[in-house]
Amino acid sequence: MVKDITIGQYFPSDSIIHRLDPRVKIVLTLVLIVCIFICKNIPSLLAFVLITALLVLVSKVPLKMVLKSIKPIAIVILFTSLLNIFYIRGGTVFFEWKFIHITSKGLFTALFMAARVICLVVISSLLTYTTTPTMLTDAIERLLSPLKIFKIPVHTLSMMMTLALRFIPVLIDEIDRITNAQKARGADFETGGLIKKAQAMIPIIVPLFISSIKHAYELADAMDCRCYTDGSGRTRMKQMKTKASDYAALFVSLVFVTALILCNYAPFITGLTFFNTVI
Amino acid sequence: MAESVIKFNNVTFTYNAEENDIPALNNVSFGVNKGEFLAVLGHNGSGKSTAAKMMNALLIPDSGEVIVDGMNTAESENTLNIRKKVGMVFQNPDNQLVATIVEDDVAFGPENLGLAPEEIRKRVDFALKAVGMYELKDREPHNLSGGQKQRVAIAGAIAMQTDCIVMDEPTAMLDPSGRAEVMNTIKMLKDELGITVILITHYMDEAVKADRVIVMNNGEIIMDDTPKNVFSQVEIIKNLGLDVPQATELAYRLNKSGLNIDYSVLNEEECAQAILRFAGVKR
Repeated sequence: MVKDITIGQYFPSDSIIHRLDPRVKIVLTLVLIVCIFICKNIPSLLAFVLITALLVLVSKVPLKMVLKSIKPIAIVILFTSLLNIFYIRGGTVFFEWKFIHITSKGLFTALFMAARVICLVVISSLLTYTTTPTMLTDAIERLLSPLKIFKIPVHTLSMMMTLALRFIPVLIDEIDRITNAQKARGADFETGGLIKKAQAMIPIIVPLFISSIKHAYELADAMDCRCYTDGSGRTRMKQMKTKASDYAALFVSLVFVTALILCNYAPFITGLTFFNTVI
Repeated sequence: MAESVIKFNNVTFTYNAEENDIPALNNVSFGVNKGEFLAVLGHNGSGKSTAAKMMNALLIPDSGEVIVDGMNTAESENTLNIRKKVGMVFQNPDNQLVATIVEDDVAFGPENLGLAPEEIRKRVDFALKAVGMYELKDREPHNLSGGQKQRVAIAGAIAMQTDCIVMDEPTAMLDPSGRAEVMNTIKMLKDELGITVILITHYMDEAVKADRVIVMNNGEIIMDDTPKNVFSQVEIIKNLGLDVPQATELAYRLNKSGLNIDYSVLNEEECAQAILRFAGVKR
C-alpha cells in the first residue's frame, strides 16, 4: 500500500492552471489564503467559494481527488462546527432545549469556519495537484532568491527539499522492510501501552537512521559524479517564463482581491443592510 | 593497440591508512582501451569497487597515479573535467536518482554543466530514447522497477555525453529481468554509442559478454585477458572463491571425469558445440 503514495500528489494534465508559471501559482495561492480571512460577510464568502469551485473545475483535477484532500480534516471541521453551533449565542434563537441553544450567530460562525477551512485546504492542495514537486521547489528557490543578499543559501535549501521529497518513498520502503525483519525476529509492535509501543519503535528507528546515513553518503558520491558543485553556474532544462496567461491571472486576482476588500471594509457597501450579516 | 582512456600506474590505496595496513589496492596497473567493454571480477573486498571509484576521482591513490584522458585524478582542478568524461552508475538505483521526475533526473548532470536549456532538452530526450525510457519520462522514480531505475541512471550518464561509463555492480540488486535490461543497455552503449563500459560485477554470465576481463583478489590483479582465456583457467578462478559460467562448469566437469571435452567455452551454444565435437570424434 505504501508503494502507491504519490509525493506532492501531482495530477498530470494540461489545464490552464497546470501551465501557469509555478511562481505565479505560489504567490496567488498565498494571496487567496489571505483573502479567505478577509471575507466577513455572506456574499463575499459565497463569491469566494464560487471562485474556488471554478478553479477546481478549470484545473481538470477530478472532484474525487479534491474531496480526498479534505477527508483528513473532515472530523476537525465537523467537531469545531458543532462546538460553534452549540456554544455561540446571539441573533435569533432557532432551537432551545435545556442547555442547548442553536442561534443564528452560532450557525453562521460554524458555516463560515467550515467554508473557510475547506477553501483553504482545497486551494493549497490545488497548488500541489497542478505543480510537480520539482517545479515547486524550483519556484520557491527563485522566489526566495533575493534572500541571497543576506547570505542565505537558497539553492542548497531547495536542493535539500527536492532530495527530501525524493527520499520519502525510499525511506517508507525501508521502514516496511525493517519492520518486517524485526517482526520476523519476534518483535511486538501491537500490544502494550503507549510507552511500551514507543519503546518498540526503537529497533525500527535505529536501523532506519543508520541506513539513511548510508543512503546520504552514496547519494553524495552519485551527485559528485554528475558534476554537482554548489549550484553556482547551474542551468535548468525547464525554464520558467511568465507568459500572458500569467499576467492575466495576476490581473484577475488583483481585481478579485480589491472587490473582496471593498465589499468587506468599504463603509458605503458594508453600510447596506444586505451585507450586514457580519460576524 | 587502441589508446587507453583510463590508465592505472602502480596504484596503491588503503582505507583509513592510520589504523589499517591492508591495502584495498596494491600496486595495480592496467589500462582501459577506448571503446572496449571491460569487466572487473572479484569477490567482496577484492578492491574492484575501490578501483571503480578511482576512475572518476571519487578516490585518489595514496601512491601511483590514475590518468583519465591525459588528466591526473590527483589534481583537483581536473576533477570536474574527469567527471565529464567518466560517468558512474552505482549498485543501489535509489541512491543515485536525485529528482522526483525521471526526465528531471536525467537533466541533473547537464544542468550542473551549465548548458543551455534547449541543449539539455535535446540531450535528455536522446538519452531517454537510447535506453528506451522515453515513454516513461514523466514518471516518478519510485514507481519504476529496479531495471528501469538503472536505465534512467545510465541515461543520466549518456546525457552528460561521457566517453566512459563505470558501473559498480549495477545488477546486484535486480531481479533476472532487470539484469537482462541492464545488460542489453550496456550492449547498446558499446555498439551504438561507442561508449567505453567498465562493468564491475560478480556475475560470471555478465563478464562473459565483455571484450576483456580483469580478475582481482586482495587488491591485486590476478588475470587480465579475454573471457575465453580467463574462464578456461577454471582451477585458478575456483581457488579465488569465484565461479565460472555454468556452461564452462559443465564442460569442465565432463572433462575432469575423463571425457576429452574442450572446456574453454563461455555459453550454452559453445558448450553444446564442444560436446558435439567430442561425440563426433567418438562416432
